Amino acid sequence: MEQLEPPQTGTRELADPLEIPDLAPGCMSASKPYAAAAEFQEALGYPGELVENWHDVAIAKMGELRGKYRSFRVFLDSCVKCGACTDKCHYFLGTGDPKNMPVARQDLLRQVYRRHFTLAGKFVPWLVGAKDLTTEVIDDWYSYFHQCSQCRRCSVFCPIGIDTAEISMAGREIMDSIGKGQKYSNEIIGKVHKIGNNLGLPAKALKATLADLEEEVLEDTGVPVRFPVDEAGADILLVTPSADFFAEPHIAGLIGYAKVFHQAGARWTISSYASEAANFGLFIGSYENMREIALRIRKAAIDLGVKRIVFGECGHAWRVAYSFLNTLAGSFDFLDQNYPIPQHICEYTNDLIEGGKLKFDKAKNDHIRLTFHDSCNVARGSSMGKTPGGQFEIPRAILRASCSHFYDMAPDTIRESTFCCGGGGGLLTDDLIELRKKGAQPRMRALQQVAEDHGVTHMAAICAICKAQFSKVLPMYGFDMEAIVSVHQMVSNAIILDPIGDGAQTGEN
Amino acid sequence: MLTGVYASLFYVATALLVGGLGFRIWEYARTPAPLKIPIPPAPTTRRGVVLRILRELVLFAAVFKANKWIWLFGWVFHAALLVVLLRHLRYFTEPVWEWVVVVQPFGVYAGFAMVAGLLGLWARRLLVARIRYISAPSDHLMLVLLIAIAASGLLMKYVAPTDIVALKSFFLGLILFDWQPIPRDPVLLVHLGLVAALMIVFPFSKLLHAPGLFFSPTLNQVDNPRERRHLANWARELEIGRN
Ligand code: SF4
Ligand code: SF4
Repeated sequence: MEQLEPPQTGTRELADPLEIPDLAPGCMSASKPYAAAAEFQEALGYPGELVENWHDVAIAKMGELRGKYRSFRVFLDSCVKCGACTDKCHYFLGTGDPKNMPVARQDLLRQVYRRHFTLAGKFVPWLVGAKDLTTEVIDDWYSYFHQCSQCRRCSVFCPIGIDTAEISMAGREIMDSIGKGQKYSNEIIGKVHKIGNNLGLPAKALKATLADLEEEVLEDTGVPVRFPVDEAGADILLVTPSADFFAEPHIAGLIGYAKVFHQAGARWTISSYASEAANFGLFIGSYENMREIALRIRKAAIDLGVKRIVFGECGHAWRVAYSFLNTLAGSFDFLDQNYPIPQHICEYTNDLIEGGKLKFDKAKNDHIRLTFHDSCNVARGSSMGKTPGGQFEIPRAILRASCSHFYDMAPDTIRESTFCCGGGGGLLTDDLIELRKKGAQPRMRALQQVAEDHGVTHMAAICAICKAQFSKVLPMYGFDMEAIVSVHQMVSNAIILDPIGDGAQTGEN
Repeated sequence: MLTGVYASLFYVATALLVGGLGFRIWEYARTPAPLKIPIPPAPTTRRGVVLRILRELVLFAAVFKANKWIWLFGWVFHAALLVVLLRHLRYFTEPVWEWVVVVQPFGVYAGFAMVAGLLGLWARRLLVARIRYISAPSDHLMLVLLIAIAASGLLMKYVAPTDIVALKSFFLGLILFDWQPIPRDPVLLVHLGLVAALMIVFPFSKLLHAPGLFFSPTLNQVDNPRERRHLANWARELEIGRN
């Protein structure tokens, strides 16, 4: 991979983000994440290590998924091998490994499905590309289902709407069921079940962190902006990715939410029991684990007696919240039905902006020329507001309200065609850094283009994973590590605060 | 004898096509989609979903966005196939419906367009490395089968015409269970044999993409998860004893 030059204006030949590489078979076959240790596997109800009769267990699991998920069955039956998706995956564009073409990734599972669940595959396997489940096939699964960030870009271009994310989730679930889990995701899920967040940050530490933050903001602004934890009787429960409590630029976003709540005069709180918006149960395709994590939020809302649930900036968390929370942990008839359940912090902020309740001094962001990275799970797994496409418009509306210089990247790299950051879907781990760097290439090239054309200096995102991933890979492409910002960081920079304390109602939104 | 073979062949093929497809559709319909997974642009109403599926069905909108060549060849092939099928209705209806008569003259062009589209798709499958990589022998064979069907049909139209009147009475005879002799032209027999083969493999092959389009949860779900709780039966069972 070439290192790109730092952005500078002028005319230069720039690489095309959509450029299709030559096929390089097997070049990524060695990319594998660390395996989950037995204790973490068992904590999630999976076998600690590869079970002896793994073949039969895997096939039985496949049969089970085939009965439980229509997507699994329809997608595996319906692919026409038209090739429309072949050049749509950022991991393929970044690596050239043909098994990173979405359809080829599906075929890793489809070949076994055909062998065991279709007539042709049983009798003429050679004709339809059916294969027995061997250790080599499992190795391929482990490599390439962990080279899919489940971003769903491919599905947008498929005539049947085949979503490779569903297949890689199923693949990971089958592997978990035979004792072949991934360390990163499974360890984290274990921590949430036990402590309540991905970091394993206990309540006491959380409270101390937020108290420090309160002081810091008071020092900076002279305004007592609060960061309440476990305040029973608050109206709003904020559920946010735990990265917001300690990582940059995430914290800057959290400060932004707090300032918005302050201006709205809202009584809000964070829960130390459900101190995590992320839900890695999604990544391993486990309905049960995803549900268990989601139920923590339900319990926190009931215990604290809140009326509303608002989610902070996190991509897959918003997918699980918007699309699945009602299914997994509903119904929420005990909450105020006048507001969306759950609501995104961007919806919340945008409503206030539209209602004229927030004032900005845009000049505070004048040193920034901004673009927006649509995070895949928000763009292709959720929505915002009342009109379709709100998930694209609302964050942009907030950015335009708080910053004077906004420029979108090339149209085929944003909105529903957005490229993943390269670190989504449970791949944000150092053991996959090579893959993460290569997978970021299309996005980095698109950023390079707006940097060149419009002098863009910063890119905003509403996803904790995107932010962490970009902080890491931006320097590899010649950008500043701090070129990635939170959307509510832009809000935080520019918002004009009234020096009123908590509880003084300036009007609810 | 020959008539008997072809008559039985078509009864079997029809039974397998209808039964097999019906069984698949029943399977798809009864398998739950436990989570809301529509892909954008996701409609928020039932009506929107119907329009979306129509758009995909008629215009191949997603493929258009993806790749203009695949779209061109794929769309031309499918549209031509439709016209050709409609044109063939005249062999199964007496009197021939008025609108089928109207379609007749287009049918011939459609025959050529179909072959052109199929050759285009096959050329891509052979020449574009990415698509060659994802193709199994059956993917090539399916195209060969369709090309052979279309070519043998065109051959009868232009080179070796068959006795259409006799052919029609053969098919009407099949429908009325009053068998009439089938014309003994080799090209016709090949054409019909291949068509029967296609009907038979339909429910067991990737041709299932036809019903699949309607059952694909990413396309057929309404995007309203916050407004209405969506719950599969097996997921409901998990809720027993929950707060
Ligand atoms: S879901 Fe995303 S990462 Fe996975 S195959 Fe499709 S485009 Fe690639
Ligand atoms: S676009 Fe869809 S149907 Fe075409 S090859 Fe890819 S997954 Fe298969």
